[in-house]
Amino acid sequence: MAYTEEELKKELETKEYAYGFYTDIESDTFPKGLSEEIVVAISRKKEEPQWMTDWRLEAYRSWQQMEEPEWANVHYTKPNFQDISYYSAPNKKPKYNSIDEVDPELLDTFKRLGISLDEQKKLAGVAVDIVMDSVSVATTFKKTLAEKGIIFCSISEAIKEHPELVRQYLGSVVPQKDNYYAALNSAVFSDGSFCYIPKGVRCPMELSTYFRINQAGTGQFERTLVVADQGSYVSYLEGCTAPSRDENQLHAAVVELIALDDAEIKYSTVQNWFPGDKEGRGGVYNFVTKRGIAHHRAKISWTQVETGSAVTWKYPSCVLKGDDSVGEFYSIAVTNNHQQADTGTKMIHLGRNTRSTIISKGISAGKSQNSYRGLVQIGARAEGARNFSQCDSLLMGNQCGAHTFPYIEAQNKSAQIEHEATTSKIGEDQIFYCNQRGIDTESAIALIVNGFSKEVLNKLPMEFAVEAQKLLEISLEGSVG
Amino acid sequence: MLSIKNLHARVADKEILQGINLEIKAGEVHAIMGPNGAGKSTLASVIAGKEEFEVTQGSIELDGEDLGELAPEERAHKGVFLSFQYPVEIPGVTVTNFMKSAINETRKAQGLSEMPANEMLQQIKEKSALLEIDRKFLSRSLNEGFSGGEKKRNEIFQMAMLNPKIAILDETDSGLDIDALRIVANGVNKLKGPHNATLVITHYQRLLDYIVPDYVHVLWNGKIVKSGGPELALELEEKGYDWIKQETTA
Repeated sequence: MAYTEEELKKELETKEYAYGFYTDIESDTFPKGLSEEIVVAISRKKEEPQWMTDWRLEAYRSWQQMEEPEWANVHYTKPNFQDISYYSAPNKKPKYNSIDEVDPELLDTFKRLGISLDEQKKLAGVAVDIVMDSVSVATTFKKTLAEKGIIFCSISEAIKEHPELVRQYLGSVVPQKDNYYAALNSAVFSDGSFCYIPKGVRCPMELSTYFRINQAGTGQFERTLVVADQGSYVSYLEGCTAPSRDENQLHAAVVELIALDDAEIKYSTVQNWFPGDKEGRGGVYNFVTKRGIAHHRAKISWTQVETGSAVTWKYPSCVLKGDDSVGEFYSIAVTNNHQQADTGTKMIHLGRNTRSTIISKGISAGKSQNSYRGLVQIGARAEGARNFSQCDSLLMGNQCGAHTFPYIEAQNKSAQIEHEATTSKIGEDQIFYCNQRGIDTESAIALIVNGFSKEVLNKLPMEFAVEAQKLLEISLEGSVG
Repeated sequence: MLSIKNLHARVADKEILQGINLEIKAGEVHAIMGPNGAGKSTLASVIAGKEEFEVTQGSIELDGEDLGELAPEERAHKGVFLSFQYPVEIPGVTVTNFMKSAINETRKAQGLSEMPANEMLQQIKEKSALLEIDRKFLSRSLNEGFSGGEKKRNEIFQMAMLNPKIAILDETDSGLDIDALRIVANGVNKLKGPHNATLVITHYQRLLDYIVPDYVHVLWNGKIVKSGGPELALELEEKGYDWIKQETTA
């Protein structure tokens, strides 16, 4: 087919434009704003194959047709999406040359959380000496994982090295147009993690350890994909108890979990993004989509400890597609000062004899608002499905709020659904009782809050449970009296 | 040991304690009796330092040290123990865990290191035997779903673990059947020693059959209107509080 001169000219123009544009933004940070060109540029920058670029563009086009959701029980000024820079090269240069230069307040928090000195340096962005343990530890981890055939790398690397896996599973649980933020993430995700556990392999360690050492600085639009092949097991921990002082106000991550027949994925999150100051200024908007699909006899377990962010919008969910599959959701959400959280889960029962458990613990202090929102849906084919939900709220002071929005939809008469909810308040009587036994008010609150959260804390990997417990204490400091 | 002089205290605008004087020496057991609303529980709370009460006059000293300015937990660290009339529930916190926090916070305040686990276990074993407590009970959440008797036994168990100088038992007999009463009283009696003292607050004489006081004081309208030996309790039981009211107003 012959081109007309007109068409040739046009093609040249656009090519030149694209090229020119690309060279124009060779710098480490893209100009502010979002357009198809930016989406393409991100993809080019990351040297992605064409299918990935197309995938992103499809997501971008859907996003443009969508509206930012307003149904959550949170109030905030909507971000201006044209005022954000969507790509910024990972900053490899350490921020500090020695730990002495780091803000002592931050170091104090690290110390109280019980984070090791090496990790403190890493997290604070201090230059790490090559001979230091963490590097060799990371290398050892990588070797151990490789021996088992486990793939654990950045999503960008996976797109290049394992395109067949990524192509098969990316967007299979959270489609590009799933929701407004998921569509945005699909178009512009900067990086994230990919994990594949081969058939019958039990991942020999918590991927947390590795994760914390290597990926301390996470991106604004993070993308995570975990695939557990038949009969495999993996425990994955994202996030960090250490305070994250990220300047990006909007965080829109997507996490997809695929548990094939007889596989088990345990996914734990500790989220401690900047919550804003005491007057509610600043703070991160955390709009996250997390979902897993469980095939026959597979199990997906979400555990989350949410203490940070100014606004949280997050519903880690399970699609129980296979017969006899199991979904679990264990959550502690703490809000203080002016924080707002609307969080919970969705348990979608499709297969026969599917079971789900929801344990949600909300703690509200200061002037914060804390909402649990959960959906239990039993499909017509889900013979013998069972759910148990328990939502407990703990209030501190007179100015905060706790809300529960449980939705139940059952299309199969054999389903058994139980929902329990309690609301309690830390009373002056409880505090005085502890005081009288020699326990001061701060410690008394910590004790009461830990007692309240125990069922969920117990679900965290051991080494993190202790840190998470301390994190709860720190988050609620000064909230009573 | 405990010396209370001209103590006045109020809550909101209501003056509840109107000049209490009380001297308790080491090794002694004192009982405070009185009708409902006389100020008995207020006195216990004020000694323990509950903030809703305002001390307007007078002083409370423990071994010569003024407690007036101290926070409730500081008073506890000095050896003040209050067995509550209505112990509160703390869900998810086991009795053992609570005791561990209480003991270690107290030791920290006294400049001591944490109690080693084996010593803690030994203590728990001894004291639970003393109070005839099944140790399974200690892994239950504090006071959650406890019967009245279990709650009071748990209070005395904590007292045994913390080993206070002055123990104030606020209506410890309320809600107890006769067997529980005997066990609790036995515990208290066994914990009595030459270096500590006990203040028993009660409405009825019944408890004093088991914990025999050295002195009995009658509290009425925020004042101690009559003091005597153990026989005063019996006299009160026989004649009722109206007798005191008539005697004081006469």
